[in-house]
Amino acid sequence: MNATLFLIPALPFTAFVLIVLFTNQNKKVSAGLTIGTTAVSWLLGWYFAFRAFFSPHEIASEPIRLTIPWFAGGYSVFYTGFQVDVLTAAMLFMVPFLCLLIFIYSVGYMEGDPRFSRFFAYLALFATGMLGFVMADNMLLAFIFWELMGVCSYLLIGFWSYRKPGETHIDHAQVIRARNASLKAFITTRVGDTVMLAGMVLLYAMTGSLRWSEVLSHETLHMLSEKIANVPFFGLTPWATVLAILIFWGAIGKSAQFPLHVWLPDAMEGPTPVSALIHAATMVSAGVYLIIRTFPLFHAVMEGHNGALLFVAFIGTFTAFFAATIGVAQFDIKRVLAYSTISQLGYMFAALGIGAYIAAAFHLIMHAFFKALLFLSSGSVIHAMHHGHHVAHAHGHGDHEEEDHFNPNDMRNMGGLLKKMPVTGWTFIAGGLSLSGFPLITSGFWSKDEILSDAWHGGHMVVFWTLALAAFLTAFYTWRQIFMTFFGEPRTEAAKHAHESPKSMTVPLTILAIFAIAAGWSGIPESFPGLGALVHGWFQSFMGAQAHAIGLEVEHLPFDARPLLISVVLVLSGMTAAWLLYGRRSNVTEHGYVDPLEPALGGLWVAMHNKWWVDEFYQGTVIAFAKWFSHFAYAFDDKWVIDPIVDGVGRFGRWLAVSVRRFIDEQIIDRLVNATAWVSNVVGEWARQIQTGQAQNYLLAILLTVGVLLVLGLGW
Amino acid sequence: MIPLSWYLAVAAVLFVMGFYGVLARRNAIAILMGIELMLNSVNINLLAFWRYVHPTDVAGLVFAIIVITVAAAEAAVGLALFIALYRLRDTVNIDEVDLLKG
Repeated sequence: MNATLFLIPALPFTAFVLIVLFTNQNKKVSAGLTIGTTAVSWLLGWYFAFRAFFSPHEIASEPIRLTIPWFAGGYSVFYTGFQVDVLTAAMLFMVPFLCLLIFIYSVGYMEGDPRFSRFFAYLALFATGMLGFVMADNMLLAFIFWELMGVCSYLLIGFWSYRKPGETHIDHAQVIRARNASLKAFITTRVGDTVMLAGMVLLYAMTGSLRWSEVLSHETLHMLSEKIANVPFFGLTPWATVLAILIFWGAIGKSAQFPLHVWLPDAMEGPTPVSALIHAATMVSAGVYLIIRTFPLFHAVMEGHNGALLFVAFIGTFTAFFAATIGVAQFDIKRVLAYSTISQLGYMFAALGIGAYIAAAFHLIMHAFFKALLFLSSGSVIHAMHHGHHVAHAHGHGDHEEEDHFNPNDMRNMGGLLKKMPVTGWTFIAGGLSLSGFPLITSGFWSKDEILSDAWHGGHMVVFWTLALAAFLTAFYTWRQIFMTFFGEPRTEAAKHAHESPKSMTVPLTILAIFAIAAGWSGIPESFPGLGALVHGWFQSFMGAQAHAIGLEVEHLPFDARPLLISVVLVLSGMTAAWLLYGRRSNVTEHGYVDPLEPALGGLWVAMHNKWWVDEFYQGTVIAFAKWFSHFAYAFDDKWVIDPIVDGVGRFGRWLAVSVRRFIDEQIIDRLVNATAWVSNVVGEWARQIQTGQAQNYLLAILLTVGVLLVLGLGW
Repeated sequence: MIPLSWYLAVAAVLFVMGFYGVLARRNAIAILMGIELMLNSVNINLLAFWRYVHPTDVAGLVFAIIVITVAAAEAAVGLALFIALYRLRDTVNIDEVDLLKG
């Protein structure tokens, strides 16, 4: 049975190959291949996951493995393969299940798209990437799948940057936006990937291996924390810290943390299933998975300042708060969710930074469910707005200005959609409750609160208060979004004509909503009063087995009401504030929709709405430098160096040819040839004289000849 | 008797004279005369040898007669040629017949 491990990523890959090579024309078969193979991977994944659920300690100490030799390098053979331990099992529970639901959703969402089959091919390839990544047992294989996911992200974000001839539903502006967004995503994550690759290379150089089991063993980690590297500008640091931080940069890129977060909001140009799958649930959480996986490396430096964990905590906490502030001032429904994702990923990194290993993993899984739900639900809303827009204009309602620049994602155009699309609305609300961490009944509450209480107990007060404030903002912007979209009165004709989406879209929403609410119950801590006895902190002990296997100490914290109460108060007040500002008022004035925060916060709101001008800053510095440098390199290379060389060679060739002609051709060769002719001429002129035409001369010649012959003959 | 060699010497002198005439004379008829002279000298040679070596064999005599006949025919032909040439070129000066000059 262990041999079937490779099928989990291999099956979707065969779907990809088959669609690309054979079934591109047939939409049903293509979608069927993707969904079918993913379903099998899901079943296999759940088989292994549940095997782990029932015996976590065995799996943690002896993961299920499938290893093959890959290539020989020198004297040693590099082995590769797949493994399933506790962490992978948790991912195998979440990833293929979400993939399957989102793929089914895509059937309805992408209906009518001319490149439907190709979309499913890319989705299948992505599933291969993510599944392979979480199951890889060495960093090299993981990196290959990591890059594969990056490629799929590029292709899928830029899905609408290609238009088939005659296609009308994508306008040119969208093509440009999609193309720019896909390039931005790939290049920005590339920056992180390059640093991570450096870390990987150094790791191999220091340890001679890239397999998780060997690199993260106690002896290796002890060695790495003892060895000191002289890092320029930072001074003497243990190698473990250096490697950890380098590898973390890959996660900064992939999981869109500050300063490499800029690609994720732009990535919303892709179709919503892509946003849900890649940029909410799976790919961006690959960065978190990576850090969880390599956590022992971060944790290795015991004495003194642990620079790696400090860095991670700083980036995570800062990003969590920073992104939340931006999310408050966005009008695009998907962009709010994008910044929310960045913020929540920040929570996970903050948790890892303070050592809350289990809490981070817990939040990772829970977030995937409710964020995917929120994105899919918003996709349903966008779909409805799109259709409503077409219907409204077909009936001649609405003004022409609205028709040309209508943005179906803009929440200012929405309103009152709960009545029009109840399933979408209620599932979105379920997701929103979970995201804001509504007490007790939602998954988000249990996972987020675990992080907060770990921060409180660990004495990391800066982290605690920043994250708590971010929780307030999270609740605020989530309910701002819900009130603007689903409550009140429809503000445009499109919203008035919106209707519920097909079952292929609403059924996955419902399933996800159940998970968004209930999945977190698996992690109710044992110490929680009353409810603690329900599951006895199942998730904590499940993940705790992994922690135990890698040598981490897990404290069972006593229940403390203070962080809990603080977070509950903040969440509820965030929700209330949102209700007061957006739920109770219509905010529609004669100038259109006015966000009440805009006049209230003034410049601060402008900054938040403009994403704190990070993109503009990059444009002015990094991009401008890159452009200048490429122009300079062109000028230096081509104009000042290469062109002169090439021209010089040309000129020399010509000079050589002319010289050869003048000194050799004309002087020597021509003269030789002419001389030969002259000789021939002269000889001929002379010899001609013998031919007098007079017979007597010829007779004389005969006489002379006979005389000579006679003399010679007689002499002999 | 007169020695054979004297006859041969006379024939040789005649031959040379004739050959000289062929080579040096400009007039075509004079060349023909030179040729006749050579042929006659050949005759003398033939007869001398006949008389002193095989006088009883009539072959020598016959040979000489053939030579005379041939000489006559050839002289006729030669004359005919030169007449034709005169009619064409208005000259019998063979120095002026140098069409093969190259």
